[in-house]
Amino acid sequence: MPVHTFRLNGEQVTVDAPDDERLLWVLRDILGVTGPKYGCGINVCKACTSHLNGRAANPCAIPVKDLRPSDEVTTIEGLPATVGAELHPMQQAWLDQDVAQCGYCQPGQIMAAVALVRRVAEEGRTITEADLDGIRNICRCGTYPRIREAIRAGAAHLGPEQ
Amino acid sequence: MTDADRTSRQGAVARPFARRRFLGYVLAAPTLTTAAQLVPASGARAAEILSPEITELVDLNDVMTAAALPTSGLITVLVNTDGTVSFALPRTEVGQGITTSTAMLIAEELGIPLKRVHITLADARPELLFNQLTGGSNTTFSTYTPIRVAAALARTRLLRAAAAAWDTPVAELAMEAGVVTGPGGRSADIGALSRRAAGARTEQVSVSLKPRDMFTVIGRPHGRVDARAAVTGRKKFTLDLDVPDAMPTMVCRPPTINGKVQSVSNLAEVRAMPGVTDVVVITTGVAVRAATFGRCIDAVRALRVSWKPGTAEGKSDASVLRELRAAELPMGLPPLTPSVEERFTFHFRSNSALEPNCAIADVRADRAEVWSSLKAPIVAKEAIAARLGLPLAAVTVHVTEGGGSFGRKLFFDAALEAVEVSQRIRKPVKLMWHRADDARQGRTHPMATSRVRIDYLGDTVLGYRQRHTSVSTDLGHGLGEIFTALAARLPVGDIGFSETFFQLSQSMPYDFGANSRLLSETDKGFNTGSMRNVYSPDVTCARELLVDRLAAIRGKDPYRFRRGFLRDDRSRAVLDTVAEAGNWGRSMPVGTAQGIALHTEYHSVSAVLVEIDCRPETVGRPVRDGVAGPRVTKAVIAVDVGLAVNPLGVEAQMTGCLMDGIALALTSSLHLRDGHFLEASWDNYFYTRQWNTPPELEVIVMPATTGRPGGAGELGVAASMAAVACAYGRATGSLPTVFPINHGTLSFDPKPTVPPVPASPTDGLDHVR
Repeated sequence: MPVHTFRLNGEQVTVDAPDDERLLWVLRDILGVTGPKYGCGINVCKACTSHLNGRAANPCAIPVKDLRPSDEVTTIEGLPATVGAELHPMQQAWLDQDVAQCGYCQPGQIMAAVALVRRVAEEGRTITEADLDGIRNICRCGTYPRIREAIRAGAAHLGPEQ
Repeated sequence: MTDADRTSRQGAVARPFARRRFLGYVLAAPTLTTAAQLVPASGARAAEILSPEITELVDLNDVMTAAALPTSGLITVLVNTDGTVSFALPRTEVGQGITTSTAMLIAEELGIPLKRVHITLADARPELLFNQLTGGSNTTFSTYTPIRVAAALARTRLLRAAAAAWDTPVAELAMEAGVVTGPGGRSADIGALSRRAAGARTEQVSVSLKPRDMFTVIGRPHGRVDARAAVTGRKKFTLDLDVPDAMPTMVCRPPTINGKVQSVSNLAEVRAMPGVTDVVVITTGVAVRAATFGRCIDAVRALRVSWKPGTAEGKSDASVLRELRAAELPMGLPPLTPSVEERFTFHFRSNSALEPNCAIADVRADRAEVWSSLKAPIVAKEAIAARLGLPLAAVTVHVTEGGGSFGRKLFFDAALEAVEVSQRIRKPVKLMWHRADDARQGRTHPMATSRVRIDYLGDTVLGYRQRHTSVSTDLGHGLGEIFTALAARLPVGDIGFSETFFQLSQSMPYDFGANSRLLSETDKGFNTGSMRNVYSPDVTCARELLVDRLAAIRGKDPYRFRRGFLRDDRSRAVLDTVAEAGNWGRSMPVGTAQGIALHTEYHSVSAVLVEIDCRPETVGRPVRDGVAGPRVTKAVIAVDVGLAVNPLGVEAQMTGCLMDGIALALTSSLHLRDGHFLEASWDNYFYTRQWNTPPELEVIVMPATTGRPGGAGELGVAASMAAVACAYGRATGSLPTVFPINHGTLSFDPKPTVPPVPASPTDGLDHVR
């Protein structure tokens, strides 16, 4: 079985897996990291959204062989450490707005939100309605309005440097 | 003055401090354990509806004996020595917030901080008979009193234990934040008092409950108790559980609804694929167990199966519509007075949650253990025992928290498959449906027509008739136990059961003279089930649209026209509230409009006002792989649930109901063609997405009215769907009659049905952003 190595939530990990095993199953079934959820398996619902080198990525569509040893994969479990706090400001914003209902999609929503705020900041602008409309993550409980509020609040906390 | 008023007034004069007392139990246990009856312990009601067929499936003695125990049907509050309080809720948390509201009830009556209350979900408890079904927005309604009784009793016992220890009258003690304090600065945590307060023998004790004007927790907004677990990814769903050796398992499913396996030509080849441990033919397809779900998907795709026909072979939307038309009950003689009449069509919709159907099963020769999110766990347990040929007591069913339900988790399709596979291969399995399976073979909200006629004379409405005709809704979960479940499954019983359900769930808030609403059902070939709010969204949408048409004919304003016919103050209050908060009647650009609608159910009332933008530039706004369509730009919801235990939770439920209503009216449906549904992805089935979400939303939870919590979890769907439909009709100038309004346009390329699941993509790195 081929051996693959990459960085996961700040630590180097090595796994035995077929080249084409999608990262989602490497995380969930082999490494036991269950924050990223399965919702479709075809990069549509975005429930598995995590970060690859700080950008939103969907592990259900990434063969593990595509990862380089230096690639940093961050799941919801590793998000707080990226800011050296117990909770990332976006997670705190989610608590403040009491966003979650069943919670199944929320790790993916939060990871997508953090990446969106970062990207928008890099483009030197603030979050617009169009940015929020463009989020593709499904929430079948329909928490969308609170997600929008939480992203605005989280973005304000993160400040322009993010 | 009513008799009740008179009694309470006289009572107040005679005994100013008397309060109604409730009976609870202190159970014999090493630490304080109090309880209250969720249901009277009696098997009588079940026995009344026994039919001979039941005994073939389940050992009745198992159930009846358990139900007859004196302490049967109890719900139990445990005060732990660490000062926490535990409660196993015989209901299922699927996002609706009942673990939070239940913790609030206990915190209120016990006088402890909410964070000390730990709510878990009870395993299936057959002795609870009808009382472990999560549905009908009934949880808080049915548990509000018994949970508080058990908690109040615990408080009383703790105070008494402290009084005895300190040799002080109870009246001199206080209890706050989980600590009992007394004269001389004495204090003790409830954890330290628990053993002393425990019962040496089980006894029945009476207790009074905190009066409503003393509430400090109930009625105040509280964040969800599992919010932190949800946002950190620590909340565990079925698929996240680590059950030893329960390896990923999926099923290769037929290309048409409920097709069966004829033969498999390459079993050996697929068994030899890397990571695959087992391949076995089961009732519903060919099951594959492998090291990862990724390997399962590849194996499912590799299987070469020939299939026998299913239960909807060759059927399409058009053919089912013909069946429905043929099954429609007559409207009766044409009225002699003027009338408005219309037929509305509602297409199939999916009640898929985001978490797909899934279950873990470990079946051994003499016992079985199952983990799944089940809203009717008693029926599941009984059906599983019957399927496996095991005694009821040998089957343990753990109820896990669910990633959404919307009616889907009333059934246990994945659990039945999981036990079948596990029994066949003698290994534990973690079984998951692919999204494509969930959409195509999963349960649906059945296609229906609703004919409505309103007879009127001048400004008087003389009569209202509605004939709702639907593909059969599977109510095979019964009332949550096997007796009514079987009654619902019997050919004759089912008609009575669904008609009864229909009549019990439908209300008529308007004074419309003689009114009759009837249900007829046809065609049991589809996998159906109750979807959030069941019949009400379609029935209410049809009614409200025709009310709008009648108002227009009479030259009346839709809000004032409705208001004039409302029967009660609560309905008028919510309607007035949305009209005022939503600035009803404000002038709006051409192509945009407001809509208003009302719905009453579950001892609750709701009104919704929306504004919709149907202008071409909005409808045609670019959205990749999705449906843009008319945009609901603003929504105002007012809801009176009698007493909102957690207003924040009610607000969340109403928001979700609105999102469902928008989807039902505008975008979400399944397309039936050649015996299968075309949808296989969230980018095929257009549930509301961010680009459909109203930028402006206000939810108003009305102050307590009845003082008793009504249902809230499904309440807002009907009025939301109806308000959106009415607004669409007013904005476009034409009353919509087919739902969702975009059903006629297929907005995606259907995926193949063989293999049944799409390949896992490999281009993820190209889409990193």
